[in-house]
Amino acid sequence: MSEFLQSLIRGLGSGSIYALLALGFVIIYKSTRVISFAQPAFMLAGAVLVSYLAAEVGFFVAVPVAAVLIAALALGVERTVLRPMIGKPVFVVAIITIGVDVVVRVVTNAFIGLDVRQVGDPWGLSTVSLLGVDVQQRYLVMLGTTVVVVAVLFAFFRFSRIGLAMRAVAYDQEVALAQGISVGSVFALSWAIAGGLAALAGVFVATGAGVDQQLWVIALKALPAIILGGLDSLGGAVVGGLAVGVVESLVGTYQGDVAPWLGPNFALVAPYVLMLIVLLVRPYGLFGSKEVERL
Amino acid sequence: MKGRPELYTSYAQDTAFLNTRPKRAWTGVLVVVALLMPFAITDDLLMLLATGFVAAIGAIGLNIVTGYAGQVSLGHAFFLAIGAYTGAALSGDPDGRVLGFGVTSLPVWLLASGLVAALAGLVVAPIAVRLRGLYLAIVTLGLVFLGEHIFREWTSLTGGPGVGRPAAVPELFGVRLDRPSELFTGPQQLYLLMFVLLVIFGVLARNLVRSRIGRAFAAVRDRDLAAAVIGVDLTRYKALAFAVSSFYAGVAGSLLFVVNGFFDPGSFGLLLSVQYIAMVLIGGAGTISGAIMGALFITLLPRITRELPAVLPFISADATGAVTVFQVEAVLYGLLIVVFLIVEPRGLFGIWVRVRNYWRTWPFSY
Repeated sequence: MSEFLQSLIRGLGSGSIYALLALGFVIIYKSTRVISFAQPAFMLAGAVLVSYLAAEVGFFVAVPVAAVLIAALALGVERTVLRPMIGKPVFVVAIITIGVDVVVRVVTNAFIGLDVRQVGDPWGLSTVSLLGVDVQQRYLVMLGTTVVVVAVLFAFFRFSRIGLAMRAVAYDQEVALAQGISVGSVFALSWAIAGGLAALAGVFVATGAGVDQQLWVIALKALPAIILGGLDSLGGAVVGGLAVGVVESLVGTYQGDVAPWLGPNFALVAPYVLMLIVLLVRPYGLFGSKEVERL
Repeated sequence: MKGRPELYTSYAQDTAFLNTRPKRAWTGVLVVVALLMPFAITDDLLMLLATGFVAAIGAIGLNIVTGYAGQVSLGHAFFLAIGAYTGAALSGDPDGRVLGFGVTSLPVWLLASGLVAALAGLVVAPIAVRLRGLYLAIVTLGLVFLGEHIFREWTSLTGGPGVGRPAAVPELFGVRLDRPSELFTGPQQLYLLMFVLLVIFGVLARNLVRSRIGRAFAAVRDRDLAAAVIGVDLTRYKALAFAVSSFYAGVAGSLLFVVNGFFDPGSFGLLLSVQYIAMVLIGGAGTISGAIMGALFITLLPRITRELPAVLPFISADATGAVTVFQVEAVLYGLLIVVFLIVEPRGLFGIWVRVRNYWRTWPFSY
């Protein structure tokens, strides 16, 4: 039982990383109708930035500063690269974000070098006893922070004027424009929010293990999460992210005993299998809205 | 219609394989130049070009599903891998370290690789035809990760990561084409083989897309709902596009490593899929010749960047300096895709069309 609980909490912890990333994807998708494949690069850049800043100003100052800086970077990318592409086919824009991702990642890699960099987090791999189960502190921190961030985000979308504007743009861009909402700034803001969330996620990934050049691969796990939850559902992104984390962790714990023929490391691809199964039943994910078509 | 070559009097004329005289002439010139190439350039360049021809077959395949039928697939690497392992396993040494059946005849394993990959495409099709746009892109991306896992773990077939296995054996009528014969060196023979295969598969693809099926693909791409209304069976044609594309991928995959002779399961990652997407987009989506141009361009790109340190001294040739060729190469992929999509969305083919139109009406081209 304690093995199960440990695995569950580990899954929820890493799942909250995926949830943060997935939220970024979904926020950008909702406002601009484009999937930004640049999220992995922003995540990596955030973690690297913290690893430099933490030595100067301490971890807890470094994280928000880095999140803001990466948000500014994402905003700049949107303004210079993506804004001229408005109106182009979504697939073309998505491919362009892959290009952005590669460029940002290569530049960031130059700051990592070949060694593993530490982000200077105070938790490391130390554990705490919770209801008689030893769990790593960092997973609890991840889960807690994510709950707070998600709550703030939902409140922002629900209660603030800008949040309302963003929801209006997500609903119908032309109508929003006619109401006097600056659709362009909503695009920029959604990129900035996504960038900040990615930076935060990057720091969490780097706690315990450190930053290396392969860190960005983690961000791709958010893709099954958003498909699982539905591309245009914020709640779906959170649920999808947590589900992916838990499935990955549980499969990692038990698959070796139950189905060893699937090979070691099957846990890493288990989210994709989950995604395929869900899509067979629900082509628009669990909470995604079905596309209404007319000629 | 003597003396009026551009006057079409029938639909068949308009959609003919090479419908204008300049097209016929230039295609002829290109084929002759390509056939004379082995006698003009060195063997290592020939091997590169041969790889480029194989990549072109794969890119044509991706172009059929993405460029013509409009179904964005990031899963091309998965189907390339299936082809590569089918070909390698069929022609492999039966007593070797990895799985092999000893069927070394090239046409046999080539077709088998294509068919197995096409079958895999058909298996995926039921999921793929229900999805559209970005959902489809991400699901096909998932295929790549699943494939990577399978091929990493199935060591009796693939040799395992970092070890790899020998590629398919190119034997035609009892002659090993990768070994020098009396007339040609190995690379020269492989070059000619790949060229002939590219011509065959290019002509097949061109004929497919200008047929009823190709028009159905284009209708699905432009507006699938409208296509369904005029009687195009969406499920059937989407599945068909996936199957044909996977067939091409399988064929290309089985040939892809013949030139090098060795490959490991790490070769079939996301990067390979992105490279093929880049070939299609840089070459020009929805054109066969564009796919070939794009494939050759992307294949030759590393070679070009390797020459950069000689010109730009701040780029270092090995992996240690501040700016290395490998980084430049990776950035170039990204930048080229972005630049092409913004400046010339029709790709290299579009540039060619503009050049052609300029000279067609020269000196009154304004």
